[in-house]
Amino acid sequence: MAILDVKNIHKSFGRTEVLKGISFSLEKGQVVSVIGSSGSGKTTLLRCLNFLETPDGGSIAVNGETLFDAAEPATQREADIRRKRLHFGLVFQSFNLFPQYTALENVTLAGKLLAKEEPDYKTRKKELFAQIDGEARALLAQMGLSDRMDNYPHQLSGGQQQRVAIARALALRPDILCFDEPTSALDPELTQEVLRVIRQLADRQTTMVIVTHEMAFARDVSTHVLFMDGGVVVESGPPEQVIGAPSQERTRRFLESFTRP
Amino acid sequence: MDLILQQMPTVLKALNVGFLQTLKLFVATGLGAFPLGLVIAFGSMSRFKPLSLLTRFVVWVVRGTPLMIQLLIIYYFPGMVLKNNIWGSGEAGRFLASAIAFIFNYACYFSEIYRGGIQSIPRGQQEAGMVLGMTRSQIFFRVTLLQVIKRIVPPMSNEIITLVKDTALARIIALQEIIWAGQSFLKGSHGIAGAIWPLFFTAVYYLAFTGVVTLVLGRLEKRLDYFR
Ligand SMILES: Nc1ncnc2c1ncn2[C@@H]1O[C@H](COP(=O)(O)OP(=O)(O)OP(=O)(O)O)[C@@H](O)[C@H]1O
Ligand SMILES: [Mg+2]
Repeated sequence: MAILDVKNIHKSFGRTEVLKGISFSLEKGQVVSVIGSSGSGKTTLLRCLNFLETPDGGSIAVNGETLFDAAEPATQREADIRRKRLHFGLVFQSFNLFPQYTALENVTLAGKLLAKEEPDYKTRKKELFAQIDGEARALLAQMGLSDRMDNYPHQLSGGQQQRVAIARALALRPDILCFDEPTSALDPELTQEVLRVIRQLADRQTTMVIVTHEMAFARDVSTHVLFMDGGVVVESGPPEQVIGAPSQERTRRFLESFTRP
Repeated sequence: MDLILQQMPTVLKALNVGFLQTLKLFVATGLGAFPLGLVIAFGSMSRFKPLSLLTRFVVWVVRGTPLMIQLLIIYYFPGMVLKNNIWGSGEAGRFLASAIAFIFNYACYFSEIYRGGIQSIPRGQQEAGMVLGMTRSQIFFRVTLLQVIKRIVPPMSNEIITLVKDTALARIIALQEIIWAGQSFLKGSHGIAGAIWPLFFTAVYYLAFTGVVTLVLGRLEKRLDYFR
């Protein structure tokens, strides 16, 4: 069974239709890269998956459970959305770390707040928090940030901030981790350190949806590539095919703009 | 000079009593206007249009007219127009009327500062919280609030220092604050008459007061320096 099943997502802002029926599915441990020119709707798609936008049409299912169906109001109750979001993680282009918290606190904050909803929170608080702290330290170490845990975001480089943001998203163990151009705000050197970390996650079978303009990376890391243009998926398939030997004229033209800067 | 030194103990005693009233008005305004300003800020940012329009209109009127006139209206309107002087004739009634006028006026100013502060926080902060499964109130109290406070401390400091000096306006409805106390020696009080220097001397009190307030607010600003 697919871990993620997205069917026929439509989304308009006012009169402009930004997503015109996007469908794709993903197996556990797979990595799909979404490529496409500016304004093709990539960010909007990720925002729909994370319930930051409500699609006008279509459905989203995770592990066979329908989280959202535009035709079924019962799946759209405001009160349930917060929990449903936890199936997904999102790493933003601009990091969006919380400036008043250290790297470690950024990673543990949400987990500690969620722990309050556990039935035995009062009696096990210490134990729960110790566990959350331990996991966060391990994640930051995995991101190569062992010596940066107590730094505030403004004391970190962009690449370090983005790695904290990745650890923060991973800490809640999402089924699917989404990235929206995670390296666009970084210079080439810092880009590489972040890509290395994502590559590592792919090797560990983390299910991911990655919007990126890094073609070499997309080709290298993904099991699947979606090329979007004008709100539709123009071409999809394994990277060797979509990036290596595109069958559509529009895909070819888009990829050429990368080889000839 | 000798005369002034001779009058000093009596004058200081009276000025201290007046200053206490000034201080009380200052504290009451703070306690009332800090939270009320937040309520007004949320009202003016409401997605329910009639509420936000009405709130903004009220804020515009309050900020667009002199606090002195607001004081006069609040104090005299019930008695003169409604024929029901709810304030009575004592100092307690004058204090209550002053406090209400000051709280409402300052809450309107604060609300604009709060609104600017809240709206200056990038939307990504809130979205990061949402994606992490936080509730609206968790996002407000754990993520947004401290960032807002950091941003509003400098403009709020200006307002608070202005408030110290604005308390003198309550003199217009004869609240017995420090200006009133200083002035009383002109006409005659405590056996001293025709003395203008006590009125000038009140400035020393204001200077000391704003000095202390500036110091405290500067500390607060420093405390929030650890993040950007
Ligand atoms: N909240 C919004 N209101 C109105 N229009 C929007 C909104 N968000 C996005 N759009 C429009 O939708 C279109 C797709 O935007 P989107 O951000 O999804 O593109 P993108 O593929 O992520 O582009 P980029 O590569 O520049 O990030 C754009 O034309 C954009 O102007
Ligand atoms: Mg985008």
